[in-house]
This record gives sequence, structure tokens and C-alpha cells, in this order.
Amino acid sequence: MTSHRLPTGGLINRARRLSFTFDGAVYGGHPGDTLASALLANGVRLFGRSFKYHRPRGVLSAGHEEPNALVELRSGARREPNTKATVVELYDGLESMSQNRWPSLQFDAMAVNGLLKPAFAAGFYYKTFMWPASFWEKVYEPIIRRAAGLGRAAGVADPDAYERDHLHCDLLVVGGGPAGLMAALSAGRAGARVVLCDDDVRLGGRLLAERVEVDGQSGPDFADAVAAELKALPTVTVLTRTAVVAAFDQGTFAAVERVADNMPAPKAHQPRQRFWTIVAKAAILATGATERPIVFPNNDRPGVMLAGAVQSYANRHAVAAGKSIAVYTATDAGWTAARDLLAAGAAVAAVIDTRGATPPGFEDVGARVRTVPGGRVTNTHGRLGVTAIDVASAAGTSRLDVDVVAVSGGFNPSIQLISHFGVRPTWNERIAGFVIPQPVKGIRCAGAAAGHYGLSADLADGIRAAGDALGEIGIAMKPIRMPTTAVVRHDVGTAWWQPAPGDIGAKAFVDLQHDVAASDVMLAHREGFRSVEHLKRYTTLGMATDQGRTSNTDGLAIMALLSHQSIPQTGVTLARPPTVPLAIGAVAGGHRGTAFRPVRRTPVHGWAQELGAVFVDVGQWKRPQYFPRSGETDWLQTVNREVETVRSAVGVTDVSTLGKIEVEGPDAAAYLDRVCATRPSAIPVGSCGYMVMLREDGIVKDDGMIARFAPDRFFAFVSTVHAAAVYRHMQYCRQVLWPDLDVTLTAVTDAWAQLAVAGPKSARVVGALVDAPTVVDMAGFPPMSCREVTVCGGVPARLYGLSFSGERAFEIGVPARYGEAFARRIMEVGAEHGITAYGTEAMAVMRVEKGYPAGAEINGQTTAADLGLAPALATDKDHVGRVLSARQDLTDGRRARLVGLKPVDAADRLRGGAHVLAKGAAPEAANDLGWITSAAWSPTARSSIALAMVAGGPDRLGEVVRVWDGIRNTDMLAEIVPPCFVDPEGNRIHDA
Amino acid sequence: MRIPCPFCGPRDVIEFTVHGEARQRPVFEAHELDTPAAREAFVDYVYLRDNPAGLHVEHWYHGIGCQSWLLVTRDTRTHDILEVAYAAGEEEPAPAVVRTMEVAS
Ligand SMILES: [Zn+2]
Repeated sequence: MTSHRLPTGGLINRARRLSFTFDGAVYGGHPGDTLASALLANGVRLFGRSFKYHRPRGVLSAGHEEPNALVELRSGARREPNTKATVVELYDGLESMSQNRWPSLQFDAMAVNGLLKPAFAAGFYYKTFMWPASFWEKVYEPIIRRAAGLGRAAGVADPDAYERDHLHCDLLVVGGGPAGLMAALSAGRAGARVVLCDDDVRLGGRLLAERVEVDGQSGPDFADAVAAELKALPTVTVLTRTAVVAAFDQGTFAAVERVADNMPAPKAHQPRQRFWTIVAKAAILATGATERPIVFPNNDRPGVMLAGAVQSYANRHAVAAGKSIAVYTATDAGWTAARDLLAAGAAVAAVIDTRGATPPGFEDVGARVRTVPGGRVTNTHGRLGVTAIDVASAAGTSRLDVDVVAVSGGFNPSIQLISHFGVRPTWNERIAGFVIPQPVKGIRCAGAAAGHYGLSADLADGIRAAGDALGEIGIAMKPIRMPTTAVVRHDVGTAWWQPAPGDIGAKAFVDLQHDVAASDVMLAHREGFRSVEHLKRYTTLGMATDQGRTSNTDGLAIMALLSHQSIPQTGVTLARPPTVPLAIGAVAGGHRGTAFRPVRRTPVHGWAQELGAVFVDVGQWKRPQYFPRSGETDWLQTVNREVETVRSAVGVTDVSTLGKIEVEGPDAAAYLDRVCATRPSAIPVGSCGYMVMLREDGIVKDDGMIARFAPDRFFAFVSTVHAAAVYRHMQYCRQVLWPDLDVTLTAVTDAWAQLAVAGPKSARVVGALVDAPTVVDMAGFPPMSCREVTVCGGVPARLYGLSFSGERAFEIGVPARYGEAFARRIMEVGAEHGITAYGTEAMAVMRVEKGYPAGAEINGQTTAADLGLAPALATDKDHVGRVLSARQDLTDGRRARLVGLKPVDAADRLRGGAHVLAKGAAPEAANDLGWITSAAWSPTARSSIALAMVAGGPDRLGEVVRVWDGIRNTDMLAEIVPPCFVDPEGNRIHDA
Repeated sequence: MRIPCPFCGPRDVIEFTVHGEARQRPVFEAHELDTPAAREAFVDYVYLRDNPAGLHVEHWYHGIGCQSWLLVTRDTRTHDILEVAYAAGEEEPAPAVVRTMEVAS
């Protein structure tokens, strides 16, 4: 391959050579190159195969609008698919690979799809793969995926770090081209806090791509001078390599900075990308405009490029995209490109203008190259790239031997960010493009994004926009001199697509990335999919990763032509965030792995660790699940030992995670009576009481215990996992429902380490810990007592006679910092009584043995009556849920209600989730009576036991039912029994 | 979206929990609780909430902040916040001391 690098010029560092690979072949480039410019410089034109038809594709553009040149970068865990070669910064050692080709880029077996094109026409998903439905998953989808896939994900965890950061400013300027530079400079000189983001590695935008003179300097020199001044201004922050990807309410923007994408791997402690949240009082979109292709037969061959891109490669990268270039234009910009190409020393074979004769001001170009006024390109030739084109005009037809067609069909202002608010753009006839002329939520377009084409208009509009934006937020502009530059004509015509007389049957592509051709738009029109939203979905036009930047307007124009409407009558679709593809890692930032969510450890976590506890996640908490001892080989063995020790001697467990809420004030009792369905006001001082909270719809919200230390001082314990929601609800009751009640709430969950000591010998252990004068016996501290005491010689503590195991039991709360020392002390004191530490598993076994409902039963569907808690309620007062809990549907005894189950065959094991059916009933939804909510092996009852919600529940005691589990494939018989399997009389709650 | 909390200043929406339309809880005497009128009023209160495209007065809770329940007037079409007040009323000072925050689990 011959070099396409021009001998002079360009913003590349020729002194340094970078080596990189594409599909395994080694190439050279220079700092300042993109992957696309470096490949073009090496004469590479074939970049990939197309999505549906696997047609050869090259590079179309020099930016984010690129639909064709998608490549995979790097390898192994850092492999990244679907990157646009046109925006990939070249670095030494870059590995890149083409996509969507098999077995090779030059010979692609799947190109046979091109011969099957009727099957792949618009709507093919809907029409071709309709029947039978079961074929979809097994047959159609894998074939389509293989045929139409893009790149491959790495398949392993991303080894790099990403981070998130915030910026606040008066004015955000998106885009550092001529308009953006002038806007940022104006605002910066006025002292406004400015953030300027540009996606490119250096500021300047089209100043870097076109041969212009500003203030007597070249475009890049002028851009560098402004950049230097911006850098020196104290209130201006410039972020390059940063794409603003989304606009949200109240001036919030998301941006992604590609910190280390320009190297093989980030340096130590460097993130690959940084996700910025930018909050701005006002914003200016100086995002420029995207050039439109013209739709003509075989316009997808490598070598058909946007004129502005060909111009950019020549000026910025010193690359002649072709050895012989034809310019096919409907705009003056095409002529400017031709002039720049000539100046750079590239060979321009012809300028074909759809409009007519050489436009005024471009006579110099017309004098140097062949011109085809009022001409059209009717076809292209060449196997893996353009070698010739057919041209027609009033003067006749001819064939030109060219390898590049530089196309300019007009421009689409880049208004994607502002359309994130659902604002419909309006059609501007002068520029034949959609614009958003009015500011939206403090965001205004400037320069080419506002439809002001041409450098001098661009510069002026940047200054104008900054003045308007600052005026709106009350910052005075300082007068700023408008840079001097020549005014160059920048008119646009409209070319779109004209169906050729005598159609040659070749495809004329509209959306290159999704392989949507003009014929697909015609098909959509014929079949009635004429609304733009239908057109888009039926043909997938504009739905690829380029968001249809080069295709949407052309597609609309064709539909308008076919339906004899104007383009604005035809309508326009809106863009959704992000404006450019976004790595999910950048959005996640540091929130991955162990930092995915907070981990809460209790104040006695270290103690449980010392004893070798196995921990389990309960919400955000780490709780000890069980405490294996040496010689125990199975968790069940450990849990059985823990349960048996508690039931025969004494055990200790960490209950610090229970939600703890102080309720204080003269109206505390009255307040709690309204929040709870029970009657906390009836709890005597020095006692605890059971508490049930309902939701306003009558369903149980939570249950727990309330201790009363003084007439106006209560302490509520709520479920671990409901703690946050219950506290929020209690605040709602206090602040919203009954603000007249004098009561304060304080959440103190983390302030207390709380340990439960349970078992027949628990009073002896607790008695040895609590300081005089408290005597821990049935007379001095009966069950359900509560008292503020001291332990271990002066440590303040709260002692409660609470039991969740059915045994005589205590809970002792000490300030969190004493937690671990106190837990160790309990073990020391309990040693002579054979104490064991036990975990959530043993706790759960014991509560199932006692039939206490917990999370699996209080599941947001059950009422107090369902759970057998009705006797605890006080219904002669209003409280949250009181009225609706009395609805007939919620009190109907046929509802699923709590019962116990025991297998008929002692060898059977009941499991949670199994369904309960009448004996002999078929396992069908219609026969379902309910389900097992909790199950355990009870070492006390020496049986598998379960709690279940069964229709009519307690009315079926003694009935033998079928317990069927279609997931684990078990089927057994069980007897419905009362939901308490151990000590139903409650004798064990007393001291042994 | 940001909500200007009267106690904390403008804060990101992730610090808040929304509770839906702000409505007046029906009031009945103890002996009226099982009347059809009470039931109807509560069915309306719990289930028949408005969901307008436009101005909406909602309850929001600043849980990762001052723990105030707020009365927020919001345009559901634009997310513009027009007014924010303490749900407990103008006179109510915000909870002064936040000793421990309950975070969502
Ligand atoms: Zn607040």
C-alpha cells in the first residue's frame, strides 16, 4: 500500500512514530493521529463489514457521527467493542480489530446476505420470524445474532478503575470550536465561573480542520491562543477529552472524561474514565453541526466520505484520503473543502454540484478543477472500495476514475443534548435543518449548532450567546473584540435523494450503521409506516449507536418526498441520552465489588469474628449466621448444637441490628397509640409491650417491642430490615399526620450494642453481670421488664426481659463502644454454665419452633388476623390502618392464615416455597391453598417443621394436606398443626 | 432533579423519598371507625390519589439530610419545583439534632 500521508502540514508530530496494529498487521502513525487518520495514511480503506448485508465499509466521517468504522480495541480484559476509529486517539502499541466479518475482512462469507436481501428488508424481524413462537429463542435469534452482531464484549471483569466527580459553575459551554471558544472567553473575562468541555483532545473544533485566518493567525494558532488565555483565567475550567452526554433538569449535565483511553492501560491510581456531574446556572451548546451525506446508489463503498471529513484529514492529519478525489456537493462547504484539498496538495478530479454553476467566490476552484454543474452521482464501482463513479448532468453522462467521493449534502445542527428535554426542534428553511431557536431551561445553542454557518458568524454567535446567558443569570459582560476573519459564503442547497429514472437496482443507503436503504423507507411508506416514529422502528433507521446523526434527516426527507409533504410536516424524532455510547463502568464509578453498597457491621462484629462466626448479609448488615466449633462438619450440626444449648443451658447472640427508636415527650403515649395498632399507652413504666404497626391500607407493616422507661419516654425496637422505612413512617406520622403532638423521635440503632442472653440459665449469667441493687430473678426482674442499670461495675446499660426463643431470656444494651468487651465478658461469665454463641440461623429455628411471624410472614400481603395477632390489637381507637384493616376482604377467615406443618412421614423434609394443596388435589393454580413461608429442622421437636400461610388456616387443624414443590420436585403429605411446636403453654419463659 | 430543602438548601433528589400526593388524612371519632362513610373516606385517601400531568403537591422526605417531611409543589411535566415547605407547618422548626441516620437497607 502506498502512503497517503501528505509531505507537509497537519497537526501531527512527525518526529515521533507510533506503532499499532489493525487485524494483526503492523502500521505506523504519529502523535496527533486518530486510528482512522493513521489507517487512511497507510492506505487502508476497508474498516469493517456492515450490520445486515456484510458489505465492505470504510470510514465516512472524522468524528462521533461515524456509522461505519467501528472497531474493537485492545485485547483480553480490556477489549472494548464498537469504538469509532474516527475518535480513537492513536497511541504506541494500540491493538485494533475489525468487526462483523467472518472469516476475514477481505472475504466475508456472510456477504451472501446481500443476495438474500428481501429477507433482510425493513420489518424483517416482524415478518420473517413470526412462526412458530418457540423457534424464536432456539433458531432465529442465534442466527440473527451471529449474522448481525457487532463487536464482542471482553467477557471478563474490567480491570480498570472509574471515578465520579462534580463541578459547579455559572456557565457550561459544550464544545470548544469557534463559537464555544468565544463564549467561554467572553464569560471567563467577565469573571463568571465557566466550565468548557470538548470531546476532542485539543480545543478548536473546525478551526483545526479548515484553512482559515483569524486575527492574522492560522485556525490552530488562534485556538491555541484562546486556550492559553482560558487556562490562565482563574474562574475557567477546561475539560478536554470530555463528552457531555446528557442534560437533566435544573442545569444538571453528565459528562465523561476519557482520562486514560489514549494509552494501553491506565497508570497506577489513574482512572480510565471520569464521570462528571456538572451543575450549571446556564449552558451554551456550541456543539457544531454534522454534515449530511447524499443518498445515491452504492453510496456505501469505502471511499465515499463526508467532504468536511476529507478536508479535516488533509488539514489536521496531513492525510489525502484518496489519490483522486471527486467532490459531490449541494453546499458551498463542499467547494471550501475542494479549495483546502487543492491547497494541501491533494488531487481533486472534479466538483459535482447538484445546484448549478460554480457559486460566487469559488471561481478560483472552478478554474483549477473540472466542474459538473447540476450534476448527480448515479453509481459507484469497485469491489472493496470506490474505483470509479458514474456522473450525470444536462451535459450528459460520464465515468470518472476516482477513489474518494467527498460528499456534502448539508448540515444537521447538533442539538441532541437540548432535545433530551423533549423539546421538538423547528425546521429552518434557510439552512435546511432542524434548530432549537429559543433557550430551553437556560440552555441555548450557539454557532453552527444554532444554524449559523461560516467562521465569522460562528465567532460572533459565541459572543452573542455568552452575553445572553450571562444576562439571564445576572452577570455583566465586558465588551469583547470580535476577531477579524474573512467572510466566506456558506450557503446550502438540498440534495437528499432522487429516485433515478431507470433504477439500476443498487441500494442507496440512508443509515449506514443499520444498513437501511432508501428502498426500506419506500417499503415503510408503502406499508403505511409513515409517521416518523413508525418509520424509525419499522426500518431501525437512526437507532444505532450513532443515533442517526448522518441519517435521520435524509430518511425524513425521503419520507417527505414520498408522501408529498414538507419535512416539518413529516415530523422529527428526538434523541435520548447518552449522546455518545457510554461505558457502564463510568456510570458505576467506584460503586462496584465490595463498594457496590455500604456494609454495616455491628459494634460486636469483631467478637463474632474472633469466635469464627460465618456471616450472612441481612440488608446492608453483616450478621453472624452460626458459630462453627472444631469437629463440626456441617452447618446443621452447628445450628442444632446452638439451639440445644440455648434450650438446655444458655446462649448469647448479637441483636444490635434491630432498629431502635427513642420516642419522647408529653404526647409520646398518645402518639404511639395512633402509630401502633396495639395500645402502647397501656404498657406500665418499667415494662415492655408487643407492638404491631399497620399500613394505612390495613396490611401489617412491622412488629416489634416497645419498652417504657418513664411515662413520657418509650424505646421502640423494630425489624432490622424495616428499620429505615419504619422510622420514615414514624416521622411521617409525627410531622405530617399529627404535628400537634409534642413528641420527638430519634433513631439510635448504631448507638447501642445489644446482646440477647437466652436459656434456662440466662438469669444466672445476667445476674452476674448487672450491678447491685438490681436482682435478676423472677421477683426482681420478671419477663417483659425493662430497666436502666449498670453492668460490669458502672457501664450504663439497658436491661430488657425479652425473649424471641420462648426461653427465659434477656436483652442487654450497652453503648456501642463497650459492645465487644461486654460480649467477651458475657462469654467469660457464662462459661461455667456452658454458654454458646449462637447466630441468626439458630435464632430463626427457635422462632419457627415458637411460631413467631417474621419477614417471610410479614411480607406486605398479610393482616394481623392472618398472622394470628388479632388479639393483640386495640380496635377502639383510631390508628394508622384501623379503618381499612376492618374491611371484609381483609378479615375473611378464608384468607391464607398462619399455621404450622409437620410431615406425616418423619423422613420427609419441608422446604420454604412449597405449595399446599388438598390431599389428592392436582398441582394446579386453581387448587392452591397456600405456601410454606419458613421451614426448619427442629432439634427440640426432633422433626422437620414449617410455618405456612394456608387458606382458612386455623380452621383446618389436623387436616393432612399435600405439600408439592415443582421446583425441587418433591411431593409429600403433612399435617396442619398450631404454629407453635415447643412449649405452647409458655412455661419455659420463667426461671428454671 | 434538586429539591430546595428549607432547612438544608438545594439537595439532589437521591437524598429524598417521595410519598406521593399530599392529602389530608380523614378524621373520625372512635365510634365512627366502622361506618361506611369512614371506609369510603379512607379508600379515597389511600387509593384514589391524583396523578396529574402538571402541578402536583407531594410529600417528600429528606431522609439523607434533616429528616424533614416536606410539602413540595412540583410540575410533573418539567420537574420544576415551585414551592417547598415543611409538612408540619410554617412554625415547625426543622429537627435540630440528627444523631444517627437510618439509611435505606
Ligand atoms: Zn433537609
